[in-house]
Amino acid sequence: MSTQTEIILETVEFDDDGFMVDPNAWTPEIAEAIADDQGIQLTDRHWVVINFARKEFEENDEPPTLRRITKRTDVNTKEIYQLFPGGPAKNASRIAGLGKPTGCI
Amino acid sequence: MTDNDQNDTRKLSIISSKGSLDMAYPGLILGNAARMSGIEAHMFFTFWGLDIITKSKLNSLNVATVGNPSMHPWFHIPTFLGAIPGMSAAATWMMRREIDKLDFPPIGEFVEMIIDAGAHVYGCKMSMDMMKLTQDDLVDGAVVLGAMEFLELSEGGQVIFV
Repeated sequence: MSTQTEIILETVEFDDDGFMVDPNAWTPEIAEAIADDQGIQLTDRHWVVINFARKEFEENDEPPTLRRITKRTDVNTKEIYQLFPGGPAKNASRIAGLGKPTGCI
Repeated sequence: MTDNDQNDTRKLSIISSKGSLDMAYPGLILGNAARMSGIEAHMFFTFWGLDIITKSKLNSLNVATVGNPSMHPWFHIPTFLGAIPGMSAAATWMMRREIDKLDFPPIGEFVEMIIDAGAHVYGCKMSMDMMKLTQDDLVDGAVVLGAMEFLELSEGGQVIFV
């Protein structure tokens, strides 16, 4: 974790599960920092997922399910697991500054 | 910041022993949920559950209308009416429609999805011998496994029987 990441993360409020308390306070820099904290270097492909999740949240007020992401973007199941190792549903939502996903799929 | 490493050591084993449409989904949903949360998932398909990963069967799983006490809410009918020809087909059609509305995939796509998600999928060797099935009859990515081997790799994890 870089010093810059630490500085950014200190300014952000997270809940006990590591999700941002206020999704509206999210910025792309915060996304980079959360990802860095999880050992992920964000690429264009990560951003396809993050931007889609943010857009869905703005429209529906909840984070999209994993299935919805893989159906509506060109990122398939295999790829999303590679992009967000250790549980893509939670990790993608965390990095996108959204709450814990509640969908079962 | 996050205590995200706790799932790295978690392990879930699911035994699916029933091959009706309504009994196929619970195991698949739990296995998929495990993978979405970063939990290692081992799925053992045995006896009628083997139909769920058998290429020639998986797209024609049905809902049983006889001997199934849980038909509510879409198809609540007395058992003796459930035996009328066409009832099972109607219940199956209704369940497929409801599942689709919730954006859950059909069985074939679901199985493919959990394999892509990194779940381990096993066909029970004894059941396969009994049903005269070979590796080629199973979906791509499924592995033939004996009960003892499955128990060995389930050691230390949670086990769910469906």
